[in-house]
Amino acid sequence: MRTTTRRSHRLLALAAVAALTTGVLAGCAGDSDDGDSSGSGNNAGGGKTTLTIGTFGVFGYKQAGLYDEYMKSHPDITIKENVTTRTDVYWPKVLTRLQAGSGTDDIQAIEVGNITEAVQTQGSKFVDLGKDVDKSQWLDWKNAQATTADGKLIGLGTDIGPMAICYRKDLFQKAGLETDRTKLAAQWKGDWNKYVDLGKQYMKKAPSGTKFVDSASSVYNAVLNGESERYYDKSGKVVWDESTGVKNAWDVAMSVATSNMSAKLKQFDKPWDQGYANASFATVACPAWMIGYIQEKSGDAGKGKWDVAAAPTAGNWGGSFIGVPTAGKHQKEAIELAKWLTAPEQQAKVFAKQASFPSTPSAYSTLKPAAATTEFFSNAPITQIFSDSAKTIPAQVFGVKDQPINTALTDIGILQVEQKGKSPEQGWDAATNEIKDVLGQ
Amino acid sequence: MTSPKQALAHPASSAEAAPGSQPGAARGAHGGGTPPKGPSPWRSKLYRWDMKASPYVFIAPFFVIFGAFSLVPLLYTAWYSLHDVQLSSLDTQTWAGLDNYQNLLSSDFFWNALKNTFTIGVISTVPQLMAAIGLAHLLNYRLRGSTMWRVVMLTPYATSVAAATLVFTLLYSWDGGMVNWLLDFVGIDPINWRESDWGSQFAVSSIVIWRWTGYNALIYLAAMQAIPADLYESAAIDGANRWQQFIHVTVPQLRPTILFTVVISTIGATQLFGEPLLFGGVSGSKGGSEHQYQTLGLYMYDQGWIIGNLGKASAIAWSMFLILLIIAAINLLVTRRLRKSQ
Repeated sequence: MRTTTRRSHRLLALAAVAALTTGVLAGCAGDSDDGDSSGSGNNAGGGKTTLTIGTFGVFGYKQAGLYDEYMKSHPDITIKENVTTRTDVYWPKVLTRLQAGSGTDDIQAIEVGNITEAVQTQGSKFVDLGKDVDKSQWLDWKNAQATTADGKLIGLGTDIGPMAICYRKDLFQKAGLETDRTKLAAQWKGDWNKYVDLGKQYMKKAPSGTKFVDSASSVYNAVLNGESERYYDKSGKVVWDESTGVKNAWDVAMSVATSNMSAKLKQFDKPWDQGYANASFATVACPAWMIGYIQEKSGDAGKGKWDVAAAPTAGNWGGSFIGVPTAGKHQKEAIELAKWLTAPEQQAKVFAKQASFPSTPSAYSTLKPAAATTEFFSNAPITQIFSDSAKTIPAQVFGVKDQPINTALTDIGILQVEQKGKSPEQGWDAATNEIKDVLGQ
Repeated sequence: MTSPKQALAHPASSAEAAPGSQPGAARGAHGGGTPPKGPSPWRSKLYRWDMKASPYVFIAPFFVIFGAFSLVPLLYTAWYSLHDVQLSSLDTQTWAGLDNYQNLLSSDFFWNALKNTFTIGVISTVPQLMAAIGLAHLLNYRLRGSTMWRVVMLTPYATSVAAATLVFTLLYSWDGGMVNWLLDFVGIDPINWRESDWGSQFAVSSIVIWRWTGYNALIYLAAMQAIPADLYESAAIDGANRWQQFIHVTVPQLRPTILFTVVISTIGATQLFGEPLLFGGVSGSKGGSEHQYQTLGLYMYDQGWIIGNLGKASAIAWSMFLILLIIAAINLLVTRRLRKSQ
């Protein structure tokens, strides 16, 4: 038992060091998400202008070599990208910096879920880009989302998320269903309930360990994203509980949740990724940007087994804008860069690399998916399918608290029914309570 | 020990004694007729100032940083909590008085979060500290490769919350997770760890326990090694076996250390945030579809940064602060009681 005091001192020192490193480690863990250095560009040595661009997730500009290309043709410009991985970390930070009037990047990306909030509350903090660009390049509804009440265009459209249905041809075959993409699309055209019916048919002869769809929430989002009426009306009033769009989407989601055809996964969780690798579900509503994701997560095992068919209704899920904050120091240069990055030719280059779908229709004829992607999705004409969808997407009205309301319905309401066996009424009530809390009622 | 003041003051007084040798004294002489006190008051004043101010200057950085990064935000949060403030319109704050607090008191979500914080706190802290004492006791024996064991103890603590939680989330995954797979061997039906009420709380606690047990064990070990060996020797002479020695010698001697770890763990438990947030995955700030593991920290984050209701989030922050003050007060009372009883 006897130990010298020297050793106990050493141990105490160890404990002390441990206590001190907590702070350091915690700091690192917290910061690892954002490799972000604040501040607008400064004039670096040699008369160069440094433009910073703040993005979240993977925008594909760097990946497609756009920055290098621009810097080569503009030798006096240096571009620096500040990436924050998660949108829910990125956006609050941008909001506070916009309002503080300092620390914003020269160009700031805005996700479609936040664009209404930006338009309605931060309009004066962004440069009006409408005068500098030919607005007709973009899809009308895309421009409309970024335009303030007094006609200011605060963001240029980058990608959009037209949706299709991605499905496992091999599983469909085993379940004795139609596997041809055009015939399938015809079977469920115009009505998501037909898609659910097909799911019921699938489940009767489902290959063991597989379900028809990844989750009821993803079906809810897919349906809602094709409805023109969502949570707010045009005047900005919250109408979520009487909106026909919400009711439609909810009903379809409920028939999925209560008929055992869902793998009950939460999208973008690790188990969802594993679901792709293990082929545990046969269909997923896939916006264009998800194509690359499916390919990556399924790996080589999924090659040639996936196919893409048009969705029952056209809808848009996701996509972003880039805007120029008035607090930036190099507005003129930033506007030029933003224009260039969102021009049809550049959007086509990003599509080739990242499968982010352009918001500029004139790019559609030039789109070429990567060879590997074509092979992976059984030579499906994905550019054709997504462009067709993009052109018929209804203009959707968003609201300030669109995202938290949506989360309440999917991650509280639908999840309770799907995973905890609650009744649809109980799920709806739970979502209602949650939304009241969100709206501060 | 001679105080530095005395030591430093000495040359000053000697300067007075020998005026000619000091440049200041010459200046005094130039003054023509005035007594030669010019240099000394100036210098000694400087010294006195130095003596008085220097310590403050040395400790100032801490207080400046504390003020800038803790006190000001604390007060600002209090100000916010009395206003209706949205994240998207920080510049327009309307006075709300105690509305935010009233809103909290009547909110099921707040009470639910408070309850969860408490239950998760108990089921993570109690087993954690008990296991830590046990481990420390074992480590205190002569062991082969004792340093290695101690390092091993500390590794969970050195891993980041994010990494640890990700691994645990996979282990607890409903479909194909290792925990359910093991349960299946024993013939127990798979449990939906993330959505079941007690299951999710247990899972979150297990991450906390895994990360902090070794850390506490090392603190206990350090304290154990400071216990005089004579106590054990005399206990052994009295015929106490190892277990009796542990109960009657080690534990009473560790009392202040135990109290310390209880306080630290309680504060940690009250602020529990990272583990449940990451365990929840996407939209983790809700703490499950029925908020079954939403802690106060998560509720605050959800209100402030996801929903954008900064006024209410600030009110939650201040409520947490008040709760911690109450815990500190209880702790003080207990400590006093213990001191008296000794």
